[in-house]
Amino acid sequence: MDRKSIEIRWHGRGGQGAKTAALLLADVCFKTGAYVQGFPEYGPERMGAPITAFNRISDKEIRVHSNIYNPDLVVVVDETLLNSVDVTAGLKEDGAVIVNTDRTPGEVRPKLGGYTGRVYTVDARAISMEALGKYFPNSPMLAAAVAVSSVMDRESFIKEMKASYEHKFAKKPEVIEGNMKALTMTFDALSGQLEDSCEKEAV
Amino acid sequence: MSKKDRMSGNEATAYAIRQVNPDVMPAFPITPSTEIPQMVSTYIANGEMDTEFIPVESEHSSMSAAVGAEAAGARSMTATSSCGLAFMWEELLVAASNRLPLVLTLVNRTLSGPININCDHSDSMGARDTGWIQIYAENNQEAYDNFIQAFPIAEDTRVHLPVMVCQDGFITSHAVENITIEEDADVKDFVGEYHPEEFLLNPGKPVAVGPYAVSNYSMEAKYNQEQAMIRSKEVILEVAEKFRKRFGRGFGLFEQYRTEDADFIMLIMGSAAGTAKEAADRLRERGMKAGVLKLRVFRPFPAEEIADALRGCRAVAIMDRCESFNGHGGPLSSEVNAALYLNGADVVSVSYVYGLAGRDFTVETAEGIFNELRDASESGKKLTQYRYVGLRTRKGQ
Repeated sequence: MDRKSIEIRWHGRGGQGAKTAALLLADVCFKTGAYVQGFPEYGPERMGAPITAFNRISDKEIRVHSNIYNPDLVVVVDETLLNSVDVTAGLKEDGAVIVNTDRTPGEVRPKLGGYTGRVYTVDARAISMEALGKYFPNSPMLAAAVAVSSVMDRESFIKEMKASYEHKFAKKPEVIEGNMKALTMTFDALSGQLEDSCEKEAV
Repeated sequence: MSKKDRMSGNEATAYAIRQVNPDVMPAFPITPSTEIPQMVSTYIANGEMDTEFIPVESEHSSMSAAVGAEAAGARSMTATSSCGLAFMWEELLVAASNRLPLVLTLVNRTLSGPININCDHSDSMGARDTGWIQIYAENNQEAYDNFIQAFPIAEDTRVHLPVMVCQDGFITSHAVENITIEEDADVKDFVGEYHPEEFLLNPGKPVAVGPYAVSNYSMEAKYNQEQAMIRSKEVILEVAEKFRKRFGRGFGLFEQYRTEDADFIMLIMGSAAGTAKEAADRLRERGMKAGVLKLRVFRPFPAEEIADALRGCRAVAIMDRCESFNGHGGPLSSEVNAALYLNGADVVSVSYVYGLAGRDFTVETAEGIFNELRDASESGKKLTQYRYVGLRTRKGQ
């Protein structure tokens, strides 16, 4: 994927931070000079209900105001959604899906409706528990979205997120380090999977 | 110096409110406009503005309090959506007929029922004949720019009417996008200080606001109000020109996107206009002369100007994000068709209803409409008037 124009769809449950992750991604991409869009789709307003959020990241001005039906990347923040939501609907075959799970991509693929494109998994719970001591999946999933989509390189992402967290958590500085750790842990955890898929593409 | 930033439509509106720093803002929360009074309250609590914020117990009260404050001589505004606007109904008319230059930032949301929180224009369209100027935004930038222009339009002595600044609920209100914002001092200078000529808290020059008028006077009051609405058109254009000279972004009563040589034009308002422009570009690449007329100002209605802009095209799709329940089309289509007929513009038009209660409007939907117009035009077949797009049907139908 290049950044020319990327469309991302997030699947989560109300209260998990999928919308926040989409807005943070828009924020951090804006800082690298991109045109961005980050927006949620609300169904019934209640905790735990499936929600969708979207990103358009582009080098050109974005005029379209509709949901995204043929995304380049799908991010599944809650694994249990795989039982009820067709998360790969319309996902481009040369795109990718990232699932928050403790299982491997091979184990998850059978639940993805026959999707044949790239599949990545991130154990956001384990990362979040180790880095923050609490379960907040959005920082790891945000890092995963950046790592897989290459909307920006790791170094500038980390730099911008540090500034972003310092601003966001000005009154709770104790959580900044944990969140930063969650980001780098996610990049490290995904590096093996990303190398594997590069090799496959090369073949 | 302008600054590049990224904000949601609600954030951009709250930011503009902080910059304008009106005297009084009564408000009651309702989705999807709640963030606006919430953010303004935060600005006030942080000492970044000193607007008198009145947390009232309903929208009936927020508009009443705004009317009272404005009549007293204070620059006043409020924010709402959907049923909140419906609950203001009586006061909307009171504000306009008392010629109070209030500003209301409306985040468009459907009206019940079924109860639903998402966007369509049924709230503002229902208020279209209450005497308010109505300006619609395509994106967060226009929500910001239109808000800054609202006070100079409303307070101009040729106008003295309230202004409703509309943006699409969730679609722009909750979408973070790129935006260019202006310096506080520049915005304040553009909007200027408010010095009403006549107001209640003016012991030297007592006035009555809202007294009973017998039939001998009432009709003249309404005629004068309509004259002000007619005059507001030139003021809206003057303020837009002043805004363009100062900040570089130009506005008219409507925007013509590739319409000059267009065979087929989509006439549309709000956030869907950008989606329609994308469709027009794609179709142009395939050889169809497609264009978009994005209506910015719905009240006053630029009837003659629209007829002139559409004259010469082969067909126009008039897009209503609102149902009128009158059996023959939405409010925009009624107005545009009357404008075409009365101005002798012989253009084929088809009325479409789209996007009710948040139903998505995609580039493909827009392309489908353009194709429908072209096919009908080429085959000489007349399209059924008043069509719904994006409607779910039973399988096999």
